[in-house]
Amino acid sequence: MKLKTLTAMTLIAAMGAPFAATPALADLVFPSLSYRTGPYAANGIPFADGYEDYFKLINARDGGIGGEKARVIECETGYNTEKGVECYESTKGEGALVYQPLSTGITYQLIPKSAADGIPLHTMGYGRTSAANGKVFNTVFNYPANYWNGASAVVNHLLDINDGDIKGKTLALVYHNSAYGKEPIRTLEELSKKHGFELTLLPVDHPGQEQKSQWLQIRREKPDYVTMWGWGVMNATAIQEAANIRYPMENFIGVWWSGSENDVRPVGAKANGYKAVNFHGVGDDYPVYDDLKKHVYDAGDATGAGDQHGTVLYNRGMYAAMLAVEAAKKAQEIHDVADITPAMMRDGMEALEITEEKMEELGLPNFGPSFKVSCENHGGPGLVTVNQWDAKADSWEQLGEYSESDMDVIGALIDEDSAAYAKENEVEEACS
Amino acid sequence: MIYREVGDFKTTYRADGQTFPIRFDRWRYYAVLLVAFAVVPFIINDYWLNAVLLPFLIYSIAAIGLNILTGYCGQVSLGTGGFMAVGAYSCYKLMTGFPDLNIMICVLVSGIITALVGMLFGLPSLRIKGFYLAVATLAAQFFLVWMFNKVAWFYNYSASGQINAPERTMFGYKITGAETSAPVTYLFCLVLVVILAIVARNLTRGHLGRSWMAIRDMDIAAEIIGVNPLKAKLTAFGISSFYIGVAGALLFAVYLGAVEVGEVFGIQKSFLVLFMIIIGGLGSIFGSFAGAAFMVLLPVLLKNVLVGTLGWPTDIATHLEFAIVGALIVMFLILEPHGLAQLWRIVKEKLRLWPFPH
Repeated sequence: MKLKTLTAMTLIAAMGAPFAATPALADLVFPSLSYRTGPYAANGIPFADGYEDYFKLINARDGGIGGEKARVIECETGYNTEKGVECYESTKGEGALVYQPLSTGITYQLIPKSAADGIPLHTMGYGRTSAANGKVFNTVFNYPANYWNGASAVVNHLLDINDGDIKGKTLALVYHNSAYGKEPIRTLEELSKKHGFELTLLPVDHPGQEQKSQWLQIRREKPDYVTMWGWGVMNATAIQEAANIRYPMENFIGVWWSGSENDVRPVGAKANGYKAVNFHGVGDDYPVYDDLKKHVYDAGDATGAGDQHGTVLYNRGMYAAMLAVEAAKKAQEIHDVADITPAMMRDGMEALEITEEKMEELGLPNFGPSFKVSCENHGGPGLVTVNQWDAKADSWEQLGEYSESDMDVIGALIDEDSAAYAKENEVEEACS
Repeated sequence: MIYREVGDFKTTYRADGQTFPIRFDRWRYYAVLLVAFAVVPFIINDYWLNAVLLPFLIYSIAAIGLNILTGYCGQVSLGTGGFMAVGAYSCYKLMTGFPDLNIMICVLVSGIITALVGMLFGLPSLRIKGFYLAVATLAAQFFLVWMFNKVAWFYNYSASGQINAPERTMFGYKITGAETSAPVTYLFCLVLVVILAIVARNLTRGHLGRSWMAIRDMDIAAEIIGVNPLKAKLTAFGISSFYIGVAGALLFAVYLGAVEVGEVFGIQKSFLVLFMIIIGGLGSIFGSFAGAAFMVLLPVLLKNVLVGTLGWPTDIATHLEFAIVGALIVMFLILEPHGLAQLWRIVKEKLRLWPFPH
């Protein structure tokens, strides 16, 4: 009997032990709340790979950030908010410096938590757009571009190809029926008033595999242009449906989350001409890839399957990691310590300045726009370009330069929405 | 030896009819309450609270609620997610509409609103049953989620359609919002869970519970012996929805803080709670707790073992987690169709005879 009790007790202890967090080590912790499973995995995997590979490169090539090794803790969220909370709580005790959840739903949940815990949140091109107002959202950053810049860029592109006049044209927005997909609606409504085009809203429910009725409506109403706020399996499905109804692809413009190789490749040659806005470079024709190959890939250290190099989302993950590393360097410079805290990281992010020289130095010339973050503006300049898919060459082609979005409209909306948040949560506007 | 009725003399009917007639059981129950109220609040941290205890407590309420309807009254419901959404959105509207209202009142009133909605959707149960009722409640699930997405009034016309819980206090302690402390929110939920569980236990033992069970076991016979099916079914729907609404309100306001209806209260949530009561045991309050613990804790435990201890890649661990949880569910259904509660009953039977089973 004694033996049995003993076994039972060990079993209980063994089951209880894994709940306890492991002690924190002295290094810079960058949690990666990734999703490699579920309906959004196709898009989650390349981002997570790129994010982690860049930190591996920094550790292998530079010996860490300012002498401190970077440690990435990966936590699977499955794009699920409840798992996201669990991931946040389980990694925050390890000294996490910045969170990049890659999910608008999880971002909404973490915004108040990050303010309370003083851990910055970087939601690059997603999340709550009005977080660009740093006076209200002290710890949240969404540089270099946000959804509303994206929506405006889509409209600007339409203006470009129509010689500045889109009065009376029709635009349909196919969107993921969630906080993420609803974000651009307000901006598009304002812009439709300003430019006189008609806007149709077509929500698609999670996870987005079922879109027949939406595309039937498009087939019937024949809008001049279609734009899409989709993610995961919804993207490829929408592009396939568009191809099925023979919708002209060059009139179909996705946001940057609907513009990766994994979205267009399944459709094959019919996806040719599909457009997507973007805020960074595509392809692997950058010097940083030589370093990655030398220090990470050839060392057999590539994250995941290692087959995502140079894809849009891999690049974006790498870009996110690069901005985090630069912000950490800035924080080390400001506070003159190598082992920075989340609060210092926040200061570093707020003082971040990315110039073309710096990008060149990092091996990413012409990869992204130059910008400077300030307390008033956590959103960056919002410079956006348009990419077009070339199915034959199997690559994205950049059309035109990075251009400004309509900040008159967006700025007013940001002020309005952030003021509403400040009022609801009794936040006082302040710039320290 | 320690677990038996012998020598435990009851001198009143009251004592004879109590929930835990065996002395050891009673002491164990008091010990659990003591640990939960007096020990856990002092050792709890944010991780334990948010990853383990809060979901466990909240899902326990939801599971008790569904168990009242499905386990005790025999009405299958797939609308749990939708009813939880009603609770969450009522709570949000109450919190933002009446900023001075006590959060406890908000949560309870949300439960009452959900009860009314639940009774409305329970009306078809008077004419249809079994699979057909399940389909009718499934319609409730999809309709409610669609409505909370479509009608902007429910989310105060916010641009994203998200609802965010503002900060609310009770006795000066923050219950919702970001700056809550772990023991406070834990105790807030624990008090609700304990009260609601005791109420549910006593409801099911009383007149109302007996009429539910009569309907469950054979509705025609129940009607003949004088049970009013209208009253029994609608009270079951109402009380069950009250519990589910409270769980939804807590899930939104205390646990998550920000909610999006399609993602949090989708059909998966209905199935999750249904699995909880099937695994835990239909028609058992203890089973609701056991099922909630099983479905909440097992994935966290597996994740911590596979990723944290063994250091496996997160995607393989997650896929394996699905496989293991799925396999365990199937195994349970084959080996013990009456759920964890039945296992517990068997253990108790054995304990009574132990250590001299012959």
